[in-house]
Amino acid sequence: MSRSLKAWRPLVAATVLAALAGAAFAQGKPAADGPRFGFGRAATPQEIAGWDIDVRPDGHGVRKGKGTVAQGQDLYDAQCASCHGTFGESNRYMAIAGGVKPEDLKTGRAAALRAPDGMRTVGTKLNYATTLWDYTNRAMPWTNPQSLTVDQVYAITAYVLHLNEIVPADFELNDGNLTKVPMPNRNGMSTNHGLASPKGKPDVSGKLCMKDCVQAVKVTSELPDFARNQHGNLAEQKRPIGPARGIDTTFYDPSAAAAKATPVAVAAAPAAADPKALVTKYACTACHGMTNKVVGPGFTEIAARYQGKPDSEAYLAKKVKAGGEGVWGPVPMPPQPALKDDEALAIAKWIVGGAR
Amino acid sequence: MRSVREKSARPIGRVVPAPEHHLSAETIQAAKGRRGFLASAAAGGIAVAAAGKAVAQAKDAPPAINPWTRSLGAPVGATGYGAPSKFEAAVQRRQSPGLTPQPQSSVSFTPLQNLFGIITPSGVHFERHHSGMPEVDPTQHRLMIHGLVKRPLLLTMDDIMRFPSVSRIHFIECGANTGMEWGNVAVPTVQYTHGMLACSEFTGVLLSTLLDEVGYDKKTARFVLAEGADGSALTRTIPMEFALNDVMVVYGQNGEMLRPENGYPLRLLVPGVQGVSSVKWLRRLEVGDKPWNAREESLHYIDLMPDGTHRQYSGVQEVKSVITTPSGGQMLQGKGYYEITGLAWSGRGKVRRVDVSTDGGRNWQQARLQDPVLTKALTRFRADWNWDGGPAMLQSRAVDETGHVQPTIVQLRAVRGTRSIYHNNAVQTWRVQPNGEVWNVQIA
Repeated sequence: MSRSLKAWRPLVAATVLAALAGAAFAQGKPAADGPRFGFGRAATPQEIAGWDIDVRPDGHGVRKGKGTVAQGQDLYDAQCASCHGTFGESNRYMAIAGGVKPEDLKTGRAAALRAPDGMRTVGTKLNYATTLWDYTNRAMPWTNPQSLTVDQVYAITAYVLHLNEIVPADFELNDGNLTKVPMPNRNGMSTNHGLASPKGKPDVSGKLCMKDCVQAVKVTSELPDFARNQHGNLAEQKRPIGPARGIDTTFYDPSAAAAKATPVAVAAAPAAADPKALVTKYACTACHGMTNKVVGPGFTEIAARYQGKPDSEAYLAKKVKAGGEGVWGPVPMPPQPALKDDEALAIAKWIVGGAR
Repeated sequence: MRSVREKSARPIGRVVPAPEHHLSAETIQAAKGRRGFLASAAAGGIAVAAAGKAVAQAKDAPPAINPWTRSLGAPVGATGYGAPSKFEAAVQRRQSPGLTPQPQSSVSFTPLQNLFGIITPSGVHFERHHSGMPEVDPTQHRLMIHGLVKRPLLLTMDDIMRFPSVSRIHFIECGANTGMEWGNVAVPTVQYTHGMLACSEFTGVLLSTLLDEVGYDKKTARFVLAEGADGSALTRTIPMEFALNDVMVVYGQNGEMLRPENGYPLRLLVPGVQGVSSVKWLRRLEVGDKPWNAREESLHYIDLMPDGTHRQYSGVQEVKSVITTPSGGQMLQGKGYYEITGLAWSGRGKVRRVDVSTDGGRNWQQARLQDPVLTKALTRFRADWNWDGGPAMLQSRAVDETGHVQPTIVQLRAVRGTRSIYHNNAVQTWRVQPNGEVWNVQIA
């Protein structure tokens, strides 16, 4: 009751002000608590519902829905395993399973994080299951984000929790229990530190000494000679005029003399006709090596299989775009909906031509 | 006898109009071809090598006259939006080999060793994408503001650019900058040790202006969620303490619109805070009463401490500095005078002073600070040095206006261990060898 009165108070004040201001308001000036500029338009509830996808640990934004571990396994194997590994073990990207110990579930502190080389996975690091749901929903699968239904997100989340031995095989995750999943590292986070606030207190501060500040200087770490050239020839990374040049780092490594520094060109949109740029742009190379199997077969391996076969270009173009499984083993290839038809064909022609 | 008029196709005495704004495609193409402007980035490396050789031969030294002095240059308008000289091809953003498995979720580093002053050219501002760089159509882009507000709003770019604007110079530093160096020396040059750092003049609307416009609930609002329009739909929680202070919704950078790599057409800027909070391709702001615990604030961008605790919402980039010349991977051109120069910054305000050492921190001299010294911006410092040709250890040490002195890596490790990845603001050491080579080292 008092709450609703409170909410109305500014409006009452605005009415009084409006009466006082008279002529000014007649010219369309807003009320005192109204918008100052009036630009844009109101966002409708439907519009907000379409974009407001965030889910918070306290249950804010949780969607109605459900999914089981078993359902999640099918979805995971089809859409996630190609990058994250069948058991979530692949650390090519962040490993999503592993390292959780049974006692972690009781303490809420993942013991692995105390070990010098302990596994840092979704299981050992994450404090709330809502975050796993939220991120899967907004950003996965990586090449096709926001394509999963609400129930599918529940199912995949359930399966990943199961891979981490947090929930049993017959578990159903739903809007009623999402916020209650006892995560292994739920007590492992702290905001009690100086970096959270502009006025925070630093951990350590240097000394303002000016003379004879240290007795001896000992080098504790430096790049080994064999690593001189690991970032390319440094001579090509400094402009060739001025007080200092880049070191010619090919000097100690004759085999790398021809290697060039890699300017960042990969982010630029490649010409549609350049299939090698396309397979980088669409992250095909995440799973396919040029000649060797990574997750899927190498490009030249595919070339060997399809060279000389009729319609192989059209077949591969379709395959590249739609994805599939079973031809090269059980790990499926995810679809690539963003790939344009002419790009798929260019890639297919390149593969059939020997992937050179 | 034929008249002059008959002989000439053009009427005598009439001036042919200058071709301003009327360059044909052919004219432009011809100009480019002649000057070799079409040289690709890849060929640029070769061009640099060739240019170096030409200088070494000194065949163009006086009294000989250089070919560019003895010919007509390219016309104006040959490039509608200019690019650096082809001889500057060494100045590139670069990736650190092996750092990430995919270039769509990766980082490229600012070539700090090649830059002057405090402003980072937009074209070499470091990149960090989580799901690749989207191509956002500014006419279709929308910013939604909702949550604990009286008037949820949907704004077009037209709307946003009508609000009163501010222009401010601030740095952006990734929280993981220098993160590869927590355990040991890992990379050779300042581009890779400190290159997730840039400083620009940003233009946009103060977030506080927009929050007032939507009538945020002053009693309950404690945080703002910012969300990107890219494939990762990246989200970060911004505490009101920051949001109402100096956070901006930005569309302009260094006089032009934001580059696509930096969030075109709209991004958040949280001055002094790790870059991930300055959400690019900003599409949504939600006012709330609790933090969101988003992926990038619970799986990444959290600092692992020796006891296994993760520090969450660790945003502020503390006082830090680095010498950019001479620096790792460089070769000094003989004994004598060198200007030691570098950059200092603090997420807590202005840089108050910078000291420089050439003997590994035993003795220090105070460096000169170049105006302007701005809050939460890069500050350029300089100091004089006569290199005697012997071994040397170059260091810089910054102090900010709160009195915080940049710590050593030894001090930081004593508290934070070596596994935290983020917020390494340690003093950097460059070792100068008698042969003139400068290398990245860590000392105790």
